[in-house]
Amino acid sequence: MASRDDIKFLSNPNIGGAKKKYCRFKKYGIKYIDYKDPDFLLQFVNEQGKILPRRLTGNSLKFQRKVSTAVKRARHLALMPYVTDLLK
Amino acid sequence: MRQYEVTFIVDPVLSSEEISSAAQNYIEHLKSEGSEIVHVDELGLRPLAYPIKKRTSGIYYCVEFQAPTGELINKLELALRRDERIVRFLTVALDKYGVKYNEDKRNGLIGKKRDKKDDAKHTEKPKAEKVIATAPLAATAVAAPTVEKPSVEEEE
Repeated sequence: MASRDDIKFLSNPNIGGAKKKYCRFKKYGIKYIDYKDPDFLLQFVNEQGKILPRRLTGNSLKFQRKVSTAVKRARHLALMPYVTDLLK
Repeated sequence: MRQYEVTFIVDPVLSSEEISSAAQNYIEHLKSEGSEIVHVDELGLRPLAYPIKKRTSGIYYCVEFQAPTGELINKLELALRRDERIVRFLTVALDKYGVKYNEDKRNGLIGKKRDKKDDAKHTEKPKAEKVIATAPLAATAVAAPTVEKPSVEEEE
């Protein structure tokens, strides 16, 4: 008979668990976000070109602010669209 | 001394000489105001994300300079605003990280950094796929014995 300890491993406990989000800028030590690099900034907007919230990107508040100013600057310089569809 | 960066878009309809002279004009303007040009980056012809003045592409220039006072920025922006050859411009004061970033970029160090970012992305994605790939397998493999257990947990 399977004891209580064996049953633990019958289901993978990692399946349902959500992956912990982290701030990539803090993790990789990125201090400056370039507004002239639209390919990088594309990760922080949705398909309509809207800036994604922190709860989805996992950015810390400090870097979320920097990301948002960078995206806004890129929009001003027509490197990124203000409004669009099917950006990705 | 503070470091600034002005990015402007030149009308692509002009001839290449006119374009370069327009850019050179502003570089001279900055120099005459007593600022020191750190770097001039020609980003070249790029498509605009949305049409501006019925143009769908533009030639991007980015001039990095050091200025003793911020007063010349107003003069520069006024000149840029009056110029019909300039489609769009943006002046930004760089913090110490921005200065370092631009330096690294010129020395080709940022490429590595970006690889790191890319690596991070790439490693993230396969992991996510793996989880997705293994999830159904594991689910099917242990479906029968675990049927009871999750239901109990849900009840709790």
